[in-house]
Amino acid sequence: MELVQIQRRLVDYTKSLFMEGFLDAQFLQLQQLQDDSNPYFVFEVVSLFFEDSEKLLNELTIALDQPNVDFKKIDSHVHQLKGSSSSIGAQRVKNACIAFRNYCDVQNIEGCLTCLQQVKQECYLVKNKFETLFRLEQQIMASGGSVPTIELGF
Amino acid sequence: MRTTEKIDGYDLSTSDTEEVHVLAVDDSLVDRKVIERLLRISSCKVTAVDSGRRALQYLGLDEEIQKKETNGFDGLKVDLIITDYCMPGMTGYELLKKVKESSAFREIPVVIMSSENVIARIDRCLEEGAEDFIVKPVKLSDVKRIIDYTTTELREGEQREGARARRRGINKRKQREGDDDLSSSPPSTLSSSASSSPSSSIQSAAAPLSPSTLDSPTRRLKMTSSE
Repeated sequence: MELVQIQRRLVDYTKSLFMEGFLDAQFLQLQQLQDDSNPYFVFEVVSLFFEDSEKLLNELTIALDQPNVDFKKIDSHVHQLKGSSSSIGAQRVKNACIAFRNYCDVQNIEGCLTCLQQVKQECYLVKNKFETLFRLEQQIMASGGSVPTIELGF
Repeated sequence: MRTTEKIDGYDLSTSDTEEVHVLAVDDSLVDRKVIERLLRISSCKVTAVDSGRRALQYLGLDEEIQKKETNGFDGLKVDLIITDYCMPGMTGYELLKKVKESSAFREIPVVIMSSENVIARIDRCLEEGAEDFIVKPVKLSDVKRIIDYTTTELREGEQREGARARRRGINKRKQREGDDDLSSSPPSTLSSSASSSPSSSIQSAAAPLSPSTLDSPTRRLKMTSSE
């Protein structure tokens, strides 16, 4: 496939992620921080997020499985996950965390379990989206092209 | 790039280079990486730590660790502290208090970051002497704004000290005369603490209503309360 076509595909794919709510404006902020001196910045931050979220999701699974559920601890973990997902612009993950915290506040275990599943699902989905995104970027860079950035005016 | 200015024979550079040295404090690895990059791209030197405790250790303020040198660290002066509010152990608020209580470091501006946009929280931080409050997620424009006025403050350093002393003299005289002249005092000061205010009269005269000043939640609060 020609370089221009891959670049076009990347732009369209990225736009679709915004349309579908997977990403929000904060992701564009991250892209602004990437340049020739730091060409893998977004990839590195996103990778850190998934390492972090995996640990947090494991902790949450264990915590909700206890006979006496520690809601404070759970809230703290979800707060962390909400924060880091917000920092990378992973909007659907962030929103799922907000819903999770609401059930935590009222100590509703069933609600929390459902939310945990939702957060896991959203993390899984957005991880796949990012993998596709980075694959396209790699193809572009391997062809010697530059990764196009999108404007928020679309 | 900025050049070292000499005014009245004083060298106003704060360290060997022109760069602002920021101590960034955040327990989140993701956020630390982002804030570090945001600061570097804004031409700052960055030291990032993961807790309030470590921040105090770096400054040499940790009571349990003996200060080996007068400054307690490698000798690189900290020009600005930017810290997350919600952290396990010591919160950003507690860190702010410790810094402002210290005679050696109270003049260092402290900026608080928080994902929660709670007025009571913002007020409490400002009252304790915080320079500014950023709502997360942090954007490049937030960091640029803060570095801009930190740089301005540092560069004007002694010059402003002199101007402030003169203003205090003027204000005291006007208070005695019962004349509350707002134009002679910084219009956007909320707290009455003696620590350096975020906007000097020079800066606010230059751009009182620029979009960047209106973006900050603290600016909005300050402007409302001075009406």
